Parts: sequence; C-alpha cells; structure tokens
Amino acid sequence: MNSRPSSGGTRTVATVVIGAGQAGLTCSYYLRLLGVDHVVLERGDVGSSWRHQRWDSMHLLTPNGLNTLPGMDGPGSDPNGFMHKDVFARKLLDYSMSIKAPVLTQTEVLQVSAMSRNGGQRFRIDTRQGTWLCRSLIIASGAFNQPRVPVFAKTLPDSIQQVSALEYRNPARLAEGPVLVVGASATGLQLANEIRDSGREVSLAVGEHVRLPRRYRGRDIFEWMDRYGILSRTLEEADDINRVRNLPSPQLIGGVQDLDLNVLTDKGIQLHGRLMGCQQGKLQFSGSLNNVCELADLKMRRLLKIIDEGIDSANLDAPPSAPIAATQVPARPELLKSASEFRTLVWATGFKPDYSWLQLPVLDAKGRLKHREGVVDWPGVYVMGLPYMRQHKSSFICGVAQDARAVVAHLVGEMSEPVSRSAAGIRCLSLTL
Amino acid sequence: MNIQTRIANNGVNVKALLEAREALTEAPEAARFQWRARCDWVNGTHSHARVERFFGLGEEQQHKQCFAYDCDHPELFAAEDKGATPVEYLLVGLAGCLTAGIASVAQNRNIQLRSVQATLEGDMDLQGILGIDTDVRNGFDNISVVFDIDADASEDEIKALVAQSQKRSAVFDALANPTHIQVQAR
Repeated sequence: MNSRPSSGGTRTVATVVIGAGQAGLTCSYYLRLLGVDHVVLERGDVGSSWRHQRWDSMHLLTPNGLNTLPGMDGPGSDPNGFMHKDVFARKLLDYSMSIKAPVLTQTEVLQVSAMSRNGGQRFRIDTRQGTWLCRSLIIASGAFNQPRVPVFAKTLPDSIQQVSALEYRNPARLAEGPVLVVGASATGLQLANEIRDSGREVSLAVGEHVRLPRRYRGRDIFEWMDRYGILSRTLEEADDINRVRNLPSPQLIGGVQDLDLNVLTDKGIQLHGRLMGCQQGKLQFSGSLNNVCELADLKMRRLLKIIDEGIDSANLDAPPSAPIAATQVPARPELLKSASEFRTLVWATGFKPDYSWLQLPVLDAKGRLKHREGVVDWPGVYVMGLPYMRQHKSSFICGVAQDARAVVAHLVGEMSEPVSRSAAGIRCLSLTL
Repeated sequence: MNIQTRIANNGVNVKALLEAREALTEAPEAARFQWRARCDWVNGTHSHARVERFFGLGEEQQHKQCFAYDCDHPELFAAEDKGATPVEYLLVGLAGCLTAGIASVAQNRNIQLRSVQATLEGDMDLQGILGIDTDVRNGFDNISVVFDIDADASEDEIKALVAQSQKRSAVFDALANPTHIQVQAR
C-alpha cells in the first residue's frame, strides 16, 4: 500500500476519501484520472466490511455480470454466477492495486472538522495515524455500519440472547434452542433459512418487505431490472424519496434458488407480523402480516408486468415463467408469544451509517446526512453508496461507477472555482473520459 | 377514450393533502395532534359521547359542529339497545378510516371510484369479557373487512388501493398493534 512521508504528523492533500470499499476505490479511480491529488483512508483492510461485518455464507445478491467497476477486469467466465463476499473483497484488493489507489490501511478516521480557510484547506481529518488537511472530502464509508435496532430491544428479558445481523456469523455460533429472526429483508430471510437448516426451531417476524423472484423468464431478475431501466430510475422518478431510500433489500439469495416466505413456511418456519414491542415478557407482533404480504405481492407483480411489457415490445425470446404463487399467510399467526420461548433473537431490521466522527452540521433530525445526489450540504463534502442516493442502483455495485463519476466531476468543478457555491446548485460537469 | 388525460374526481383535495405533508415535514411539532372524546353515563349500559374539540397544528381546533353518539348494548345483554355497542364503533372507525384512505389513494393515483362498500365483521368470544375462561381475550380475536369497489381500474390496482389504505390507516394501526393506555379516576 502507498504511504506518505509524515511531516510532523500533519499532511496535506487535495481530497480525502474515507473508506476503501467499492465506492471509495472507484472514486479514487476517477480522481486519479482527473489528476486530483488524494488519499483513501481505510480503518481496516480494503473491503473490510465485506470481510469482517457480514455472515460467513453471504454471497453477493447481484450476478457477477453486474459487479464490475471501471478499470476492473470483466466478470470472467461465469457472468451469471454469484460471488462469495470474500471473493469480492479479494477482487477489491486486486482492483485497488491495479488502479494504484493511494490507500492507507489501518487508518481509522477519528474526527472530521471544518477549519477556517487556511491556505485553501477546509477540513481537518484526525486519524489513528496522524492528521490530514484537505480541500474536499468524499465519505465512502458505507451505509451499513451499524445495526438499526428498535428501542424496546433494551426491555427484552436477559434469557433471550440478542444478536444483530452485523455480529451474526453462522448458526453454530448461536446457542441451542429456538430462534426468532426479526426482519424480512434479504438478510432476515437468508439467516432464518440457514438457522432453520441447522435444525433449530425458527420464527420470523415480517414487516414491510420487497419480494422478487431470483429468475424470471429465463434470466436473473437483476438482468431484467437493469435492461428495462428499473435500476437506473432516478430520484425524479421516485414517488417518495424517503420511502425508496428506506426500502429493505429484496428477498433474494446469491445463488440459483428462490428464497421467499413460502419457501420458509414449507421448511417449517413460523411467520409472525412485525415485532412491535415486549410487555411483561410477552413479545407483541402486529396483526398486519396479511397486508404487508399483499403489498409485496402486488408490487412484485407490478414490476414483473413492466418486464413483460419490455419483453413483448422488444419481441425477445423469453418463454413465460410459471406463475408465482401468492404469499401463503398463516390463518392466525400468533400475536403474543412469551419471550422465554426463544433462546436467541436475531435483529435483521436494517443498518445505518456511522457518522459519529463527523463534526459538521450536516445531519438532519433523524441523523441522516443532508445531501443532494451525493453533494452534501457543506461545500467540499460528498457522500457515496447510500441507498437511492442518485438512482435506484446507488447502493448496488453496478451503480457505483456512475455515482462516482458524477460526484468526482462535481468535486473537481467545485475545487477549480474558489468562490463558494450554493449548496443546492448541482452542476454535474460532463467528464470527457 | 384517452386514458392518459383522464382526471379522476373522488372529491378528495389531494393537492392540499400533499401540501400539508410537505409543510408538516418542515415543522414536525405541528404534526402532533390530539383527538378527544367526552362521554357521560346515562343509565344502565347506555352512555352518551360527544366529539367536538381536538388539538393540532400547534393550537386548539374545533369541528364544524359537535357530533354525538349513543353507546349501549343489545337487548339480549339485558340492555335497552339505545345505541351501537362500543365494539361496533371500533368497526365503524376502521371502516371510515380505510374508506377515506381508499378515496385519497385513488385520487392520488387518478383512479375514478364509482362505489366503495365495506362489510366488516369482528369475531369475539364472550367467554373473555364474562370471565368464563381466562385464556380467551376480551377483544376481537379477528376482524375481517371486505371491500366491494367499482372503479376504473384493474383488479390489481384495486387491491393495491385497499393495501395502501391499510398501510396508512391510523385505526388499522391502533387495532393491529399495541398502544399504551392510561385510564384513571380523578
């Protein structure tokens, strides 16, 4: 890895990128292309989150054909396959070397603060390995750093062991005994599935979710979504920005098999409504299970209809798929269950970014970064990799390249213009690459 | 008929609702509402309830008139049946809430409604409230709502109206999910 001579522990660079995952590395690729002096600060190793903050069996949700980055080798011999997370982390490491990304590993950022303009430097970045002064900053530290757990988690009895999806590794590490998995995203379904396969009794609490078939009309669902512009839907096309930014990941697993609530029900997993609270040792589930399943089935059918229309108008040779069964909801899912019936509770209720080190007034009342298409409400600060940041695929690997290009283009334009710009005005300079 | 340019009119001012939503996003404290009712015992199981005032948008508010409701129980409960049973008011509240939601969502999606009829059934085992079997709960053990909707829309679009109205319904939430309740004498 690159390292720079230290000058009394404080060094200067035009741009600091925080995080050496797919987003940070791709930004580095474009920064180098445009000749911007920069460093990439990484708390651990390249691709740390993939290596250390995901469960052991995890494979990418998108097929290999959709997981390349600019300047990276093609998807290889198996564009329809699904990479194990560690294989992707290894690819990121190779990528960082092939694009000569100036990554400083084991360099955790402790604090980012603004400084009065001092020779053009605007930010001070304190790390475990000294301080950086810079003019612009790209936050590419990820959207999934911390588990999002409801406040009532604290009121659960001690007899139930609570594990977040970030801590969970494999079923063998769980205590023997029944498990409640909370959350019906890709994470929740995958964990419920493999914990059930380990022989444990499993219940799953299901709130609003996104249902998708793995394959449709002979191809991977993401291939269709990519082809018909669903992954490229922009913020203007979204009916409600908050809604689309908070959608759980679709119920999929990286592989050929389908994973939906019906598959889990057939395996003997008990479905419940969303977990709402715990009173006097009783877990309380919502009575809305029917409706959340109906909503997800309807939304899935709407999406498949768009794909059907695309196939029809392009006259593609894609034979119809067998009809997809509606979600089978148990007639009377239990609304109350004694917490003592479960030995372990796995929170798969989503993640949130960690901005505890960011000493800039750029967070809203809910702790979310205020930004427009990755341009943060503070001149010189940018963010990458948030769900639906610029388009549907912003948090997908296949969305990184376009976002990184736009963010870097804005950054370069802003840096070449010393007058402060309006935070809202977005001028994406077209890059001639 | 050109479907694209058809404008539905269900009598819902969606523009005002969307503007209110935007305004309350900017001023979350104004979104704190309090709904109120008063109730006087009359005789036996008969009571008389009124709703008139509420709080919202940061100040006291008032309905255009005071609405009054009699609550009682049917004669087979040895009561005089001077009004609907309280649990029936829950069904009325759920129906009113979901129906308002359907009209609003339909308006927002430009779907013309011709008729919307809800049929509600709440199942209850009286062994609960009579204290015969402590394993039986007092309240409904199931509520079913069936909507008959005639609208310019496909079957899935109509199902989506019904699903979305549940997702955004206050009464659906209040019945489906636990709520803290403090009841005290003063």
